[in-house]
Amino acid sequence: MTVRVLVAKVGLDGHDRGIKVVARLLRDAGMEVVYTGLFQTPETVANAAIQEDVDLVGLSMLSGAHLTLAPLVVEALRARGSDIPVVVGGIVPNNDLEELKSAGVAAVFGPGASSNEMVATINRIVSESLA
Amino acid sequence: MTPMDSYEEWQRSFAESGLRDADFTTLSGVELKAVYGPPNGIFPGQFPYTRGVHASMYRSRLWTMRMFAGFGTAVDTNERFKEIIAAGGTGLSTAFDMPTLLGLDSDDPMALGEVGRCGVAVDSLSDMRDLFAGIDLGAITTSMTINSPAAVMLALFVAQAEESGVPRALLGGTLQNDILKEYQAQKEFVFPPRQSMRLVRDTIAFAAAEMPKWNSVSVSGYHIREAGSTAAEELAFTLANGFAYVELAQQAGLHVDQVAPRLSFFFNAHIDFFEEIAKFRAARRIWAKWMRDHYLATNERSWQLRFHTQTAGVSLTAQQPEVNIARTAIEALAGVLGGTQSLHTNSMDEALALPSEKSARIALRTQQVIAYETNVANVADPLGGSYFVEALTDELELQAEEIFAEVMQFGAGSMLEGCIKGIEENWFQGRIADSAYRLERSFNDGRRIVVGVNGFLEGNDDADLEILRITNEDEKRQVERLSNVRNSRNESAAQESLARLTREAHDPEVNLMPALIDAARAYATVGEMMSAMEKVFGRYVEVPTL
Repeated sequence: MTVRVLVAKVGLDGHDRGIKVVARLLRDAGMEVVYTGLFQTPETVANAAIQEDVDLVGLSMLSGAHLTLAPLVVEALRARGSDIPVVVGGIVPNNDLEELKSAGVAAVFGPGASSNEMVATINRIVSESLA
Repeated sequence: MTPMDSYEEWQRSFAESGLRDADFTTLSGVELKAVYGPPNGIFPGQFPYTRGVHASMYRSRLWTMRMFAGFGTAVDTNERFKEIIAAGGTGLSTAFDMPTLLGLDSDDPMALGEVGRCGVAVDSLSDMRDLFAGIDLGAITTSMTINSPAAVMLALFVAQAEESGVPRALLGGTLQNDILKEYQAQKEFVFPPRQSMRLVRDTIAFAAAEMPKWNSVSVSGYHIREAGSTAAEELAFTLANGFAYVELAQQAGLHVDQVAPRLSFFFNAHIDFFEEIAKFRAARRIWAKWMRDHYLATNERSWQLRFHTQTAGVSLTAQQPEVNIARTAIEALAGVLGGTQSLHTNSMDEALALPSEKSARIALRTQQVIAYETNVANVADPLGGSYFVEALTDELELQAEEIFAEVMQFGAGSMLEGCIKGIEENWFQGRIADSAYRLERSFNDGRRIVVGVNGFLEGNDDADLEILRITNEDEKRQVERLSNVRNSRNESAAQESLARLTREAHDPEVNLMPALIDAARAYATVGEMMSAMEKVFGRYVEVPTL
C-alpha cells in the first residue's frame, strides 16, 4: 500500500523551504504527497485531507503559532469524523511538545530531523492508525 | 593613463577621507597600509568596485551594527530599541509580525496566534508613535523590513516623524520594499505582481522627490538564500530584481541616476566562508558594469553597490545552540571581509525562537569583537589578489551572467518583464526549491556534516537555553490597543481617506503616497488601507508546486 500524505501550511507563515524539501524526500521514500499551498485555514486543510483521502497530515510551522493552529487542525478533522493522524514539523520548542501531544498531534519533527527518521515515524503512525 | 595612475588616484581619494580615531598597526606594532595591491591595479573606491565602494573603507567608518528587532506590541519593541542604542547599536531595524507583513490588522481572524510573535504588531499611527517614542528619527537611521504593505508603513512612518517634528526630508533609513523576492522566495505577498510593482514605483518616485536621505528599496537576496538558493542564484536573482526596479523607475519617468543611488542591497552571509566573500565582491563588480554600460548611469553613486548583510539563519541549529555563536562569528567575518556597509548578526537561539535579550547582546558583541579586537577592519579588501578568491569571484560573476541572459530572454530584452514572467511561470521558485532539495540530500547522505545535526552529537541532550516566550497576552493587549484606536478616531475622516485611496488606486497614473499619508493621519489602519487598495488590485494566489 502506498502511503498518502497531505503537507500543509496553515496561517500566515510563508516559510515554504522545509515543506517542499520534506515533500520531495517523502516522495523519494515512495509516498504520494499532496501540497495545499500557502495560507490555509484549519478548515481548508481538514477538507482537503478528507477529499484527498490521505493517511496522514503534515503541518509545517515556523512562525511560533503551532500551539494555536495545530490543535485547531486536529479538531477540524475530528469534527468531520476523521481520525487521520496529524504531525508537525518546524520550529517547536521542547516545552511545547507535551501540549501538542495532548492536543492530539501524533509526532513533532524539529529542526535537523533526518529524512530516515521522518519516513520511519510516518510509516509507523500510519500503520498504527490503520490497524 | 600611466601605470601609476590608479594608485595615485586612490591615494588622493584616501587623503580626502577622514579617519577613525584608532590604532591601525597590528597588535605587535607592525605598520599597515590601508590597502595592498600592485601599483597599476584596481583599488577600493575605483570602478568596478570589486574591492569596495570607498577608498578608505573601514578606516573611515566601521560598518553600521544594525540589529533587527521586534516583538509583541510597539511598547515592548520600543524598549528593545532603546536597549540596542544603549548597548552601542548604531542603527535600528524593525521586524514586523506576520499579520502586519501581510497587511492584516491584529483583530483579523487570519491573524489568530500570530500577533506580535515574529515581530512587532503595527496597526495604525498610534502603534508607530509608541514604536519610536523617545527616539530621534532625525539622528538615527531606521530600517523597516516590510514589503507588501511597504507603502503603507512608509506613510505611517512619515506621518509619525512629522508629528514628532522631524520633516520627511531629514529621515534617513531604508524601506525593504522588495516585492519581487516575495513571490520568488519569502512568500509574503498580497496583491498580484504587476499591481504590487505600481506601489513600489510610487514609493520610489515619492522618495526621489521628497526624501533625499531615504533608500526606497533594499533589494534582498537574503530571503532567496534562506529559501534554499545557491550563492550564485542569490547573487543573480537579487541583481536581476535590482535591474527590474531601475527599469520600473525609468518607466515612471525617473533617470537611472535618480533611482540607482537610492537602491541598497541586502545579502546573506552563509557558512561557506570564501564563497560568500567572492559573492559580495562579484555583486559590486556586476552592478557597476551594468549600471554604467547597460543602463548608462553617469553618477558614480549609481555604480556603487552598497549592502547590508545578515548572517544565515538557516545555517543555525536547534541542537547545541551555543555553537551558533561560532557559526555567526565566521559568517559575520565573511561579511566584513566582503566589505559590507551594515551587518546584523543572528542570535544563538535563532533556530528556537526570537532572540532573548542576552542572546541578542552576545550577537552584537560578536560584531564588536570583529570590529575592535581582530584588526580585520584596518585593511580594505584584505583578500583581494588571492588567486583563490579572485577566481571564485570571477566564477560567481560568470554564473550570474548566465542567469541574467535567461531572465532577459523571458522579458524579451527587459529585466523588469523578465523578473515578472519568471515569477508568473514559477521559474525562480522552482530553481530555489531544486537547490534546497539538492543541499538537503547532501546532508541526509552524510556527504556534508552539520555539527550537532548529523555529526558530533554529544551535548545534544544538554539543558535547554532560556528562550523568549511570546504569550497570547500580547495578542490580547494589541487587539485592545487597536480597538481603542478605532473607537477614538474621527470615523468619517478615516472612511473618507480610505474612499480616496480606492478612488486613486483606479488611476495608475496617480502616486498613492499622498493618499496613504492622509489615511495614516486619519488613523486608518494597515488592514483597512490594504483592503481599500485590494478592491482595485485584487489578491495573488500562488499555484502550489512541489
